[in-house]
Amino acid sequence: MMRIVLAVALRLLKAAAVVLAIVLLNFVLIRLAPGDPASVIAGQAGAADEQFMAQLREQFGLDQPLYIQAYTYVSGILQGDLGYSYRQAMPVSDLILERLPATLLLTGTAFVLALVAGVAMGAAAGLNAGKATDFIVSVVSLIFYATPLFWIGLMAILLFSVTLDWLPAYGMVSTGSRATGWARAADIAWHLVLPAVTLGLFYTAVYARMTRASILEVRDMDFVRTARAKGLRRGPLIRRHILRNALLPIVTLAGIQAGQLVGGAILTETVFAWPGIGRLAFDALVQRDYQVLLGVFLITSVMVVVFNMITDLVYRLVDPRIGATA
Amino acid sequence: MNPSLRRFLTDPKAVIGLTILIVTLAAALLAPVLFPRDPWQMVSRPFLPPFQDARYWLGTDMLGRDILAGIAYGAQMSLIVGVASTAAALILGILVGAFAGYNGGWIDDALMRGTEFFQTIPTFVFALLMVAILAPSITSIIIAICVVSWPPVARLVRSEFATLRSREFVKAARVLGESNSRIIFTQILPNTLSPVIAMSSLMVASAILTEAAISFLGLGDPNRMSWGYMIGASRTVIRQAWWMSFFPGLVILLVVLALNLVGETLNDALNPRLSRKGRQ
Repeated sequence: MMRIVLAVALRLLKAAAVVLAIVLLNFVLIRLAPGDPASVIAGQAGAADEQFMAQLREQFGLDQPLYIQAYTYVSGILQGDLGYSYRQAMPVSDLILERLPATLLLTGTAFVLALVAGVAMGAAAGLNAGKATDFIVSVVSLIFYATPLFWIGLMAILLFSVTLDWLPAYGMVSTGSRATGWARAADIAWHLVLPAVTLGLFYTAVYARMTRASILEVRDMDFVRTARAKGLRRGPLIRRHILRNALLPIVTLAGIQAGQLVGGAILTETVFAWPGIGRLAFDALVQRDYQVLLGVFLITSVMVVVFNMITDLVYRLVDPRIGATA
Repeated sequence: MNPSLRRFLTDPKAVIGLTILIVTLAAALLAPVLFPRDPWQMVSRPFLPPFQDARYWLGTDMLGRDILAGIAYGAQMSLIVGVASTAAALILGILVGAFAGYNGGWIDDALMRGTEFFQTIPTFVFALLMVAILAPSITSIIIAICVVSWPPVARLVRSEFATLRSREFVKAARVLGESNSRIIFTQILPNTLSPVIAMSSLMVASAILTEAAISFLGLGDPNRMSWGYMIGASRTVIRQAWWMSFFPGLVILLVVLALNLVGETLNDALNPRLSRKGRQ
């Protein structure tokens, strides 16, 4: 028990250090930008008036030595102040919080879809290694792997929305819809299909490959041979001995990959006009609203750190062989 | 012929991949000859569908620019960014990995914590942020992709160095009085290169995808035609003109696929022991 508490505490400490490093990285990026850091903070020159710039310079202590500037910036962020978007006339933290649920819904759905489809494909390939199924799965996952996310999204709109008119192409709810409760949930789910499948494709390929490799590794191990020699039927052998052990490493790897889904969300949300933080980041890019971009980077990094922490702890619980403090 | 090379060249996957890559390279090199006019220039009427005018085989975009010429010039951008950012990332990753793995101890710890940090942050968001802040240009895109793609190289090289440094041939070199840098570069490094070479092909592929995505979002080099830009610029008219975004995307898919095929076969050819399990 003590060991688990210690492990959790250590993990939290590590996560906190990573977040602190990301905030510092943001600070370095602002300093790297050509020109006056105040104009970076305010958004590209021309957007902000002189008075606001002067106020920014004072607020961030731009006349102070660098380490004091860094301290001011970091302590501001740690108190939850992500700055103010001059363009949108709103605090950045409010902008992001407002958009976060849509992104979490999209990335969460894409992650689950990719994991289920990927593991199923990888298992089918790994258990039939060298046969036709294996070949088809490797070709399909190779193609998923090489497809630009934003392009396949556009092509999906072209096929499923424009030509076939099966699925909605844009947004999260039907325009003018005043549905509530289950009807609203169904409407959102309907809009979620294309973006979530698009975002999940690449990771489906990643998980399929990982699962296949993992199964090939496990199925030649001694305990599997023993189980087979004992006369265990194929079904239970696959379920209880091969899959259960092959899926363990997928948990951690999936956790690491999941964080990168957020990057793909920027592209997916831009293509499908999904109102999440990815779309927010795209608008901020177009308007050179750096304050918002830095905020999105920070929040997505925190999401990754939290997610990695959770998978790490889950892995420790699932696989008792891993020492709690290792 | 060298057996690894023969194994590589007789694999159909490698042949398909190499063919696509050679065609792409030829298109990039010959673009100024085949399409002497600036790819940004209007050459025909806007919204010309493909396969109708033999001079503009893939049609024109909403400003009357030749799509095929754009694809040829876009190949230059993709290949330059892919190769340059991968080369830079390889150098950085090899230096960090070799230094950490050879020295061990606290230097190793510190460098690997840093490497892990760069692997934790969402790479695409970070690359976008860097390009936006450094101002969009081919240089800033190369830098951004390099910064997000060196960590796997460093980890790979480090783990190879960590095992090789206590091997007998390294000990022998040390006893002979060879300097550390000489041992690193002439004894250990050549032994770690085959997995790095196989990895580099996949790195070029993902660099090309990242560059396309950056340009798609409108952060590409404003002076250079790029596949991602072509798709991004025409996505608002996709209902009327599918071909403007379809062809550039298909080309990205083929080139990335080719690099993946080459990477896989290189891996099989150079590391037969490692890949035996996966091949069946």
